[in-house]
Amino acid sequence: MKSRLDILLSTAVKQAEQVEIYYTSMIDTPAIFEANRLKQLQTNESALVALRIVRDGRIGFATDTTFANLDSLVTRAVEVAQFGAPAKFDVPGGKVYPETTIYDSEVKSFVIEQMVDLGEKTISRVREHSPDLQCDASMDIGTVSVCILNSRGGEVSFEKSFCGIALEGNLIRDTDMLFVGDSESSCHPIRNTDGVVSSVVRQLELSRRQATVTTARMPVIFTPHGVVSAFIAPLSVAFNGRTVLQGVSPLVNRLGEKVFSQKLSLWDDATIPYRPRSRPCDDEGIPSRRIPLIDQGTVSSFLYDLQTAGLAGAESTGSGDRGGGLPAPSISSLVFGTGNASFEEMLSEMGDGLVVEQLMGASQTNVLGGDFSGNVLLGYRVEKGEIVGRVKDTVVSGNIYQALNQQIALGKDGRWVGAVFAPDILCPELTVGSKKG
Amino acid sequence: MQKDNLEEAFRDHEADYLEVRLEESRSTSIRYRGGDLEEISEPRSSGGNVRALVKGGWGFVSFNDPGELKEKVKLAVRQARLVGKDTSSLAPVVPVSDVSEEVASRDCSDISLTGKKRLVDEYNQIVLRTEKVDTSMVAYRDRVRHVIFANSEGSRIQQKNSDVSLRVAAIARDGGEVQQAGLSMGSRGNFAEIDNLHAQVEETAQRAVMLLSAPKAGSGEYCVVLDPVLAGVFTHEAFGHLSEADFTYENERMREIMVLGRRFGGTHLNIVDGAAVPHLRGSYKYDDEGVPATRTYLIKEGVLVGRLHSRETAAKMGEMATGNARAVSYHFPPIVRMTNTFIEPQGLSFEDIIGDIKEGIYARNWYGGTTSMEMFTFSAGEAYYIRNGQVAELLRPVVLTGNIFVTLENIDAIGNDLQMNQGGGCGKGGQSPLPVSNGSPHIRIQRCLVGGA
Repeated sequence: MKSRLDILLSTAVKQAEQVEIYYTSMIDTPAIFEANRLKQLQTNESALVALRIVRDGRIGFATDTTFANLDSLVTRAVEVAQFGAPAKFDVPGGKVYPETTIYDSEVKSFVIEQMVDLGEKTISRVREHSPDLQCDASMDIGTVSVCILNSRGGEVSFEKSFCGIALEGNLIRDTDMLFVGDSESSCHPIRNTDGVVSSVVRQLELSRRQATVTTARMPVIFTPHGVVSAFIAPLSVAFNGRTVLQGVSPLVNRLGEKVFSQKLSLWDDATIPYRPRSRPCDDEGIPSRRIPLIDQGTVSSFLYDLQTAGLAGAESTGSGDRGGGLPAPSISSLVFGTGNASFEEMLSEMGDGLVVEQLMGASQTNVLGGDFSGNVLLGYRVEKGEIVGRVKDTVVSGNIYQALNQQIALGKDGRWVGAVFAPDILCPELTVGSKKG
Repeated sequence: MQKDNLEEAFRDHEADYLEVRLEESRSTSIRYRGGDLEEISEPRSSGGNVRALVKGGWGFVSFNDPGELKEKVKLAVRQARLVGKDTSSLAPVVPVSDVSEEVASRDCSDISLTGKKRLVDEYNQIVLRTEKVDTSMVAYRDRVRHVIFANSEGSRIQQKNSDVSLRVAAIARDGGEVQQAGLSMGSRGNFAEIDNLHAQVEETAQRAVMLLSAPKAGSGEYCVVLDPVLAGVFTHEAFGHLSEADFTYENERMREIMVLGRRFGGTHLNIVDGAAVPHLRGSYKYDDEGVPATRTYLIKEGVLVGRLHSRETAAKMGEMATGNARAVSYHFPPIVRMTNTFIEPQGLSFEDIIGDIKEGIYARNWYGGTTSMEMFTFSAGEAYYIRNGQVAELLRPVVLTGNIFVTLENIDAIGNDLQMNQGGGCGKGGQSPLPVSNGSPHIRIQRCLVGGA
């Protein structure tokens, strides 16, 4: 494989001032459970080779999923370069990369039968609590390898392992549907699903009774899942160097300014050990590091890839990510600083209000302006500091520049939800809309 | 692709059912953000998969390199055997040998990269030169897909078709206030359907500016009128996903809820899905299980009469396969999906529909939508107050949400102006964006929950 990349590099160098090759291959083996039992086993192999060149000062780009036709890659990259944007970067030469532990060789010894067994046990433990619960689940384990080389002698390659489990259950009574679920991911093989089980059981417990809420402004606690479903889309777009460069991020020209509550700190960090989004460098070979985004309410930095940084007169933050196309700034692992309140303290502080566990469709609004608005897919009514039941037919809406600049409170513990580490966050006043009667 | 290898792969396979899909695709992607050409590329992709069924359990193997296909078959069968503990059942389908090459009247594969870029440049310029518009996002994408399908029942199908999509967003800013307006269009490979949208692009850019000074709607219940585009998204989100049998076929409670004959709405309500409805983004000749496309009534005169099936869900529910098993690419197995989904038109004019509304909201254009089966949300790209039977001032975009079992009954007026929206892409089970279309005439919903942003 490496020799083919070298051939591609030497062929492309004859046609361009700068050349960069990105190659990734992945193998994953999900076990899929439907209606409480194993339904499908998969083995998926995929690869991508991407060639980026700078020719006559312009960017050319081509991708393929095989090495069968390397000449076509070069021809297409050259063709596209006629139209390409003027390049505002130099591909990086040799760099020093942080020690990032993202591979656990144990994944190799984790066999399909163990995955199946763990998935089945997880489902049956949850159903012990609620026998009528119908569960879908997936267990996935796999490895990714990445190799980047360029015409300035830059060369980096790494291998990563990953494992994930996700469980979703539905409980249907007449036409009332309750959806519960949780997931966990790591670079280690997951051998213990106690966390997922207890979280789902807790959701089932809290949803036993139904409660109503009337349209009003009230305090709302977002659990870590709730934080992800409501705030992450508007936050990631606001800190994206591209949106900032374009002048449409509400944070443009506000570096160093206090925009959020002093209690709020947020950073992006691709160096956290054994997180599936961690990596020694980004997809352009720029070393990973912890990037402060919000420091005690103050806007600290934005996320950049090479080209965007070049256009903005900034430095790449090692945030170049490829979704199969050209690199673009993207978050890796977002971490919220924690506070000092326990969940119970937050409940009693709020008195009457709402707990939001899952907000559906919240990012289908003016995310760029900071808005969120969604249906409470899973959430609970709080009266006199106690959860009294699950709410339905309820919408929560707001704007992060107001909601996260109030007297918010943050939970003292946090947890990972996918690529985000978040505590519970209490917003003292948000708009809650509900159906009458 | 190697025919001999394909035939060899089916010899002595030891599965109850086996299929192989091989695929090649060529795409074009052009995307501007403001004045910056963020991407221009022509990616290629090739690969395939093997899917095997043994005693009701599935094995699935996907790959880029179709070499050693026989080994891949063995792996898929071995996986299926680990899963299967029951009996395999698939709805019967007559094996087909067919070659289908769709060519649109101005097929995107006949347009040069220069021609495509010129159009994207024009649209981007229209947005950027609009006063008070800060920036733009214009994305063009096409894909020509060539798929060979073969199964152990003797079907051998080759299909070639193309898909085009265009998204335009205008972003206006006034101080810290940012508003955006968007336009989404698409076609079954026909470039002619997206190359004459200059007036609509201009109107979109102006709307972004107008939104800056528009007020917000208060959250709460309203009488809401949806335009054909948004009503189409509503049909897709609110009812279409519920009609996909994969959520129902192994769930006793869902089977009770979704029993054929159940009344969901008034006698004026008819909802249809079908890939056999021609020349739309969700149209095709055979689905990814080799089942011929159909046109399926989901709701007829307000009553549930049908649902969308794969061969497996149809067999387990004792119904006919509908040709709705689709995969977004060779990386994925086919799952039950919608195609072209719409509410059939009735007799009312737009004036009839809004004439007697004292106070309500007229929601137009789509921004997004999602569902949890019972609950759905979808968001409008633009909204207006309705006062005393007249469309009044522009509002900030609204999110509409509700409970499907109540909301369909609350549709009390259906217009005469069916229009199909080709701008959508559907996501489900990690497979996105799948080309679909949806549509409706204007409809009116009583007591719809609106979340003002």
